[in-house]
Amino acid sequence: MGTTFGLGELGFLIQGLKWTVLLAAIAFVGGGIGGLGVALARVSTSKPLRRITGGYIALFQGTPLLMQLFVIYYGLGLMGLMLPAWVAVAIAFTLHASAFLGEIWRGAIEALPKGQFEAARALGLHYVPRMRDVILPQALRIALPATIGFLVQLIKGTSLAAIVGFIELARAGQIVSNQTYAPLLVFTVVGALYFALCWPLSLYGSRIEGRIARATAR
Amino acid sequence: MPSTATHTVDAPHAADAPLIVMEDVNKWYGAYHALRDVNLSVRRGEKIVLCGPSGSGKSTLIRCINHLETIKSGRITVDGVRLDDSTRSVDAVRSEVGMVFQNFNLFPHMTVLQNCTLAPMRVRGVTVAAAEATAKRFLERVRIAEHAHKYPAQLSGGQQQRVAIARALCMEPKVMLFDEPTSALDPEMVKEVLDTMVSLARDGMTMVCVTHEMGFARQVADRVIFMADGQILEQADPESFFRHPTHPRARSFLGEILAHH
Ligand SMILES: Nc1ncnc2c1ncn2[C@@H]1O[C@H](COP(=O)(O)OP(=O)(O)OP(=O)(O)O)[C@@H](O)[C@H]1O
Ligand SMILES: [Mg+2]
Repeated sequence: MGTTFGLGELGFLIQGLKWTVLLAAIAFVGGGIGGLGVALARVSTSKPLRRITGGYIALFQGTPLLMQLFVIYYGLGLMGLMLPAWVAVAIAFTLHASAFLGEIWRGAIEALPKGQFEAARALGLHYVPRMRDVILPQALRIALPATIGFLVQLIKGTSLAAIVGFIELARAGQIVSNQTYAPLLVFTVVGALYFALCWPLSLYGSRIEGRIARATAR
Repeated sequence: MPSTATHTVDAPHAADAPLIVMEDVNKWYGAYHALRDVNLSVRRGEKIVLCGPSGSGKSTLIRCINHLETIKSGRITVDGVRLDDSTRSVDAVRSEVGMVFQNFNLFPHMTVLQNCTLAPMRVRGVTVAAAEATAKRFLERVRIAEHAHKYPAQLSGGQQQRVAIARALCMEPKVMLFDEPTSALDPEMVKEVLDTMVSLARDGMTMVCVTHEMGFARQVADRVIFMADGQILEQADPESFFRHPTHPRARSFLGEILAHH
């Protein structure tokens, strides 16, 4: 019983898009907070802290996102935590994003000239103002293009959440395609929606990159 | 007053007690012995010029004073505060010691004014208004007040270094440490920075300056200290040091410096 691709179907895709955006947003905010913690731990003076977060990053960078989703989704279930699919998926994406953003930001912090840290210390600035006022604003600026690049990856990566039954944009596309028997049309629309989401971000990222390159060349 | 080689370490009345005392300080970088039994005491108001060949430990010495480097053995006391590795002593010392670096190290994402107000606000807890008033006073003093709202990258090297001096002064330190403040500058900008330092010296600031500007040393130093291989080999008032360096290493060092200038 096929239907034609109409407004109702488009609406369904837009619903999927909403979940995609929401999932990416949760992962990005959660990963932003987690990643900040990870980055600070990676550059801290505590060796155990550096080791643990180093292992965490290695684990999440060294395994496919799909595996991470599976393990966290089913793992939480096995541990008796019956969470709604979207919560489990949000947790998985947040952990994933924390690792990647943490590593990007660690690199940016370490790329700053040593003199910046020294000048802050010589002025008597404590850890919190030293990081908050001096180091992080500069590091995050350097890391902005890479951060945006990761956000784009993350948005596209949310399509993997379909595998555990979460109906985001890609999964919605699959459903509509099965109903309408018009896969080419449906997935063209799905692709266009992803593109409309990711391309402005990519563009913004490369703009900033150019601006930073010009500023440092000065 | 020029003083000569020997000095003793003691703690009499606070007012005439030395501001900085280093006793038998030893510093290692891994297997490298960077400071060897360094003894130095700096009186209030005294201006010291530290010189010596590259790698002799001049930067290391002054960086120990504000705990940018930790020492292996010995004692460092600044204004009566014994530097151990406790946060409390480090904080106490850093809030009294200003430092100016070779590469300025201004915060590039902040305006000149913000560079100057950050530490007083965050460390001393003064209000924005008070911090800005102080900052303007010191920016005036280094004759750069008109650039207060610019970013460091919009200024010349000499201007940036004067801002760095003002930034340190805003904490109203008891002593200023300078680590080759003019050696990253184009020649035509050296003078404006040296003039600023001379005027600071005239106002009675206690200063420890690593520099090879021998004209500056003659003009303001009470004592010139010569280092090599992590040791203080000679110290004397500038006249005696430049006229009759006693240590052979000091003689050959001066020969090279003068040949280059
Ligand atoms: N962080 C460090 N790790 C290892 N060795 C170091 C470090 N900093 C300095 N050294 C070494 O310690 C010695 C003294 O260095 P220092 O920077 O104090 O010399 P300096 O007298 O200031 O020389 P310059 O005139 O070149 O600035 C040098 O041999 C240097 O290579
Ligand atoms: Mg040096």
